[in-house]
Amino acid sequence: MQTSTLVLVLLILTAVAYRAGRQRSLALVGGVKGAKHLHSLPGYYGMLTALWCAIPALLVLALWHSFDGRIVTDMVVASMPSDVQVLSEDELSLVLNDVRNLVAGAIPAELASAEVQAAAARYQQLESLSRLAAAGLTLSIALGLGAFVWWRISPALRARNKVEQIVKLGLIVCSTIAIFTTVGIVISVLFESLRFFQVVPVTEFLFGLQWSPQMAIRADQVGSSGAFGAVPLFTGTLLIAGLAMLVAVPVGLFAAIYLAEYAHRQVRAVVKPLLEVLAGIPTVVYGFFAALIVGPMLRQAGEAAGLAVSSESALAAGLVMGVMIIPFVSSLADDMLTAVPQSLRDGSYGLGATQSETIRRVVFPAALPGIVGGVLLAISRAIGETMIVVMAAGLGANLTANPLEAVTTVTTQIVTLLVGDQEFDSPKTLAAFALGLVLFLVTLSLNIIALHVVRKYREQYE
Amino acid sequence: MSEPTLTPATAETPAQRTRRLVEKSLRRRYRAERRFRVYGIVAVALGLGFVAFLFSSIISTGWTVFQQSYLKLEIDYAPDVLDPDGSRDPEVIGSADFSALIKAALRKQFPDVEGRSDLRTLYKLASEGGQFDLRQRVLDDPRRVGSQESLWVLADDRVDLLMKGEIERGLPEDVRGISDQELAWIDRLVADGRLEKRFNRSFFTRGDSREPEQAGVWGAVSGSILTLFVTLLLAFPIGVAAAIYLEEFAPQNRFTDLIEVNINNLAAVPSIVFGLLGLAVFIQLFGLPRSAPLVGGLVLTLMTLPTIIIASRAALKGVPPSIREAALGMGASQVQMIAHHVLPLAMPGMLTGAIIGMARALGESAPLLMIGMVAFIVDIPHGLTDPATVLPVQVYLWADSPERAFLERTSGAILVLLGFLLIMNATAVVLRQKFERRW
Amino acid sequence: MATEPTEMVQRTGATLGPGSAPPERTAQGQRTVGEITVSNPVIVCRNVNVHYGDKQAIRDVSLDIAHNEVIAMIGPSGCGKSTFLRCLNRLNDTIPTAKVTGSITLDGVDVYDRKQDVVQLRARVGMVFQKPNPFPKSVYENVAYGPRIHGLAGDRTELDEIVQTSLMRAGLWEEVKDRLDQPGTALSGGQQQRLCIARTIAVSPEVILMDEPCSALDPIATARIEDLIDELRQNYAICIVTHSMQQAARVSQRTAYFHLGDLIEVGSTDQIFTNPRHKLTEDYITGRFG
Repeated sequence: MQTSTLVLVLLILTAVAYRAGRQRSLALVGGVKGAKHLHSLPGYYGMLTALWCAIPALLVLALWHSFDGRIVTDMVVASMPSDVQVLSEDELSLVLNDVRNLVAGAIPAELASAEVQAAAARYQQLESLSRLAAAGLTLSIALGLGAFVWWRISPALRARNKVEQIVKLGLIVCSTIAIFTTVGIVISVLFESLRFFQVVPVTEFLFGLQWSPQMAIRADQVGSSGAFGAVPLFTGTLLIAGLAMLVAVPVGLFAAIYLAEYAHRQVRAVVKPLLEVLAGIPTVVYGFFAALIVGPMLRQAGEAAGLAVSSESALAAGLVMGVMIIPFVSSLADDMLTAVPQSLRDGSYGLGATQSETIRRVVFPAALPGIVGGVLLAISRAIGETMIVVMAAGLGANLTANPLEAVTTVTTQIVTLLVGDQEFDSPKTLAAFALGLVLFLVTLSLNIIALHVVRKYREQYE
Repeated sequence: MSEPTLTPATAETPAQRTRRLVEKSLRRRYRAERRFRVYGIVAVALGLGFVAFLFSSIISTGWTVFQQSYLKLEIDYAPDVLDPDGSRDPEVIGSADFSALIKAALRKQFPDVEGRSDLRTLYKLASEGGQFDLRQRVLDDPRRVGSQESLWVLADDRVDLLMKGEIERGLPEDVRGISDQELAWIDRLVADGRLEKRFNRSFFTRGDSREPEQAGVWGAVSGSILTLFVTLLLAFPIGVAAAIYLEEFAPQNRFTDLIEVNINNLAAVPSIVFGLLGLAVFIQLFGLPRSAPLVGGLVLTLMTLPTIIIASRAALKGVPPSIREAALGMGASQVQMIAHHVLPLAMPGMLTGAIIGMARALGESAPLLMIGMVAFIVDIPHGLTDPATVLPVQVYLWADSPERAFLERTSGAILVLLGFLLIMNATAVVLRQKFERRW
Repeated sequence: MATEPTEMVQRTGATLGPGSAPPERTAQGQRTVGEITVSNPVIVCRNVNVHYGDKQAIRDVSLDIAHNEVIAMIGPSGCGKSTFLRCLNRLNDTIPTAKVTGSITLDGVDVYDRKQDVVQLRARVGMVFQKPNPFPKSVYENVAYGPRIHGLAGDRTELDEIVQTSLMRAGLWEEVKDRLDQPGTALSGGQQQRLCIARTIAVSPEVILMDEPCSALDPIATARIEDLIDELRQNYAICIVTHSMQQAARVSQRTAYFHLGDLIEVGSTDQIFTNPRHKLTEDYITGRFG
């Protein structure tokens, strides 16, 4: 049966288990009047039964489903003629695509070869077998465990405690999902990167100056030079991020200083949320803005001034990214500035300092560690930003410091390498993971340092 | 008040010296003060100016999308074209050539146009999508076969651009993209009241299309709704559960610290890395279908989880200990205390955090590109495993199109996206203000 | 050299200036007992009222402050002593809801007058706060801050000299002369407060206001600072708000007793503590409240 039907049946079973458990607990003490002899409220007995019925079964179902696709595919391949089995990965997946399309009815049967048809039949067979087995397994687990718990219900059974233990376990599992996510990221990215580094050595990747990720599909293909030196990507990323910070840091800091120290309460109440709006705009909108409005504008301005400005210049992407980052800098700086105690300001005013002197010489230096942390976080954001550069920056690796030229970045390349129907194992795809690893490590270090600095700074004033 | 003497070093008291020197410094310092204030005001003005510039650009390019040009044609549902053997069989009718009806109606409007190439140009005034609308109308009510009616049919995107003033009439013919002949026809149609701009319903009801005049956002919006549904369903319970554990149960040990550090770091990881994770684990390892809202929802869940956890923890921290102690004092277990007392009080804050997290997830596109939600999807997705795209990715795809008419659609789609975000954020703000209690 | 007080004077209508008789009293009926005026005062206050929003914190206070003298302001908590002090160097300007009326003149020039620059005012009237608030800078930089911003030192050696002199006068030099580069916040509480005093002295003010300078310190540090105040008296007029009557008795020559925003009695310290003339003063001194 279909998975959704199965889940529905399981849910109904669970509801039944709840009622059954609850009824039994009451029946054992002679009805509602005797409920005070039960250790816990009747509902808890029902809940216990229901949880034991549902949770193991659902877990098994989820596990089954995660892996059955793989297993079925492998079995189908094993059943195919030997000449198919020795095909390379790319070609094999093409064949498998045919099989799947046939199964789904997307292509008429007559167009497929005999072996594909046979494989498709076997695929369907295995699939229905798998579904049947899944249904049988989960239902029997649900019924079995549910019945077992039901049988064990007694007035002395501390149902509430057991239910709460299960609840606590659930809470712990949910909390560790965060760790698993990080571990998952590290492992998956690391794993694929290591495979990449078996083909392309680490030193060439980290220090090579040529980036043109073409890989030969056939061994004798012309133009199959594969240069995977990522330095132009690093410089491109730093160039655009640098331009962005050049815009965001002065504007953000001065805006924060003005709003925190000078502005009237009403002005601050209106302007601060307006600046926060910049943070809420999706990055794809900024990308559109950079590519279709700012880029052409800069190119025209460049032509008028006699400069050669590419329509995909680093300047366009960097400027718009800077605008996007302004609220990050200004928000954090504002928090840091307001955290500086008024007593320091009073001390400075008492000595006869003007407001700007107090800010420049006392408040800002006092807030500096926190602000630096905020700027580091903003840099990390700029480095990891994807959509703006994908839409507005170029695709060609270019080792330059000229903001008027087009450069490409780490994130752009990750997207370019992976979007589309690449099969998973070519070095091109794996290169994306290697880039992802570098990106993750760099932003992680920046974030750790920044968060540490910000936390230490906050503790100082609390 | 004594005057400073000619040899200040000997006759002047330190206090007098201070007065004199401070007096001297005042002008310079007040100038610096003014300059500093000006920098601040300029910075704020620049920030606000960017906001204004951004919005005005998008609104000015996108507001025209709410209107679309339609042609009023006299359609004759000729039976010999639609139902030649009189069987009224829906299959036969459904596969008839409806574009012929449109072409016939155009010929009726312009009886003097002859010659194959001229006629082909004439036919291009109407959108190719009009035939599908006609088909739907006849299938909805087969009795229409044999009747005539006046119908507003979608015009071609070049006609639409001209009507909206995007194409300059004064340009020479070869640059303009619309021939003089077509211009004459168009003017006649407008004069007859047969060509006008009407409310663009198809933008909101159709899916993507290669033809700009037929392209709509509904496909992307459905995809977004389905994806966010999955995200909310997964991220909210898990996030709240994790927050409850960390805030109420977790002992202060290294393990808990590790989890907290992890969550804070995940909140700052670039979104594209989550896309890589989704690609490697959900698609490659688990074999889930690419481009499905289910996978998109899973990836966005992992991304939104840190935000929801942090917001929920803050909400839980806001509930005063006195309430917890009162409940415990009455003999409630810790789980009961949390479920019956703390959680309901913290719920508004948690919901606010969830809405804000959803708003951010709505605008995400980079990780979804990685897992394949970037293909050209015409059909409206209905299930969690149907191929789909989301609104920001739709914007990305349209922004790449060279046709001018897509510029307006891209801006229009951005306006729809911003509209959703505005509603969500406003809801969060209202929720916070209405239910926030000051202890 | 009396200058006319400005239009901010209210109600009484009498011509006021230094040396004139104290005015009649307000609705509350508390007329200040004792001699408000001094000959050759440095600060003259007449009819000072302070409101925080709707709440009135200081009610019609008139008082003179004399050169080279320590005047102590005592009274129960919340009676407005600190508020009054902060009017003298216009530090109440930093509080948006504060409204000050009346006349406060420094050497004859009204401090709230447009002609009086507030920066100049604060350079001449320094302040030491209740909780020591050294800047998060080095000891040297803390003391050098005032001279730097006001341009009081021509070059580095002059600045060094000012720093050293100030630290010596504050009685801190011996303890910090080898660690001028260390942060000021690393010093002990008593040292920090002396650092703040040194910082104030470095600008060569005419008046030093002290708002309960010892309340956050231990008795030994307190004693050192009280000795210091006595030395400083030779060069500066000092106005000290204190909770401790014993401290007032030890340190000041004149004492002013405040009660709920009114100035009840003013007189020489000896007289106030041995023979108070107003009943409220007597009640406070004998410990009936406060």
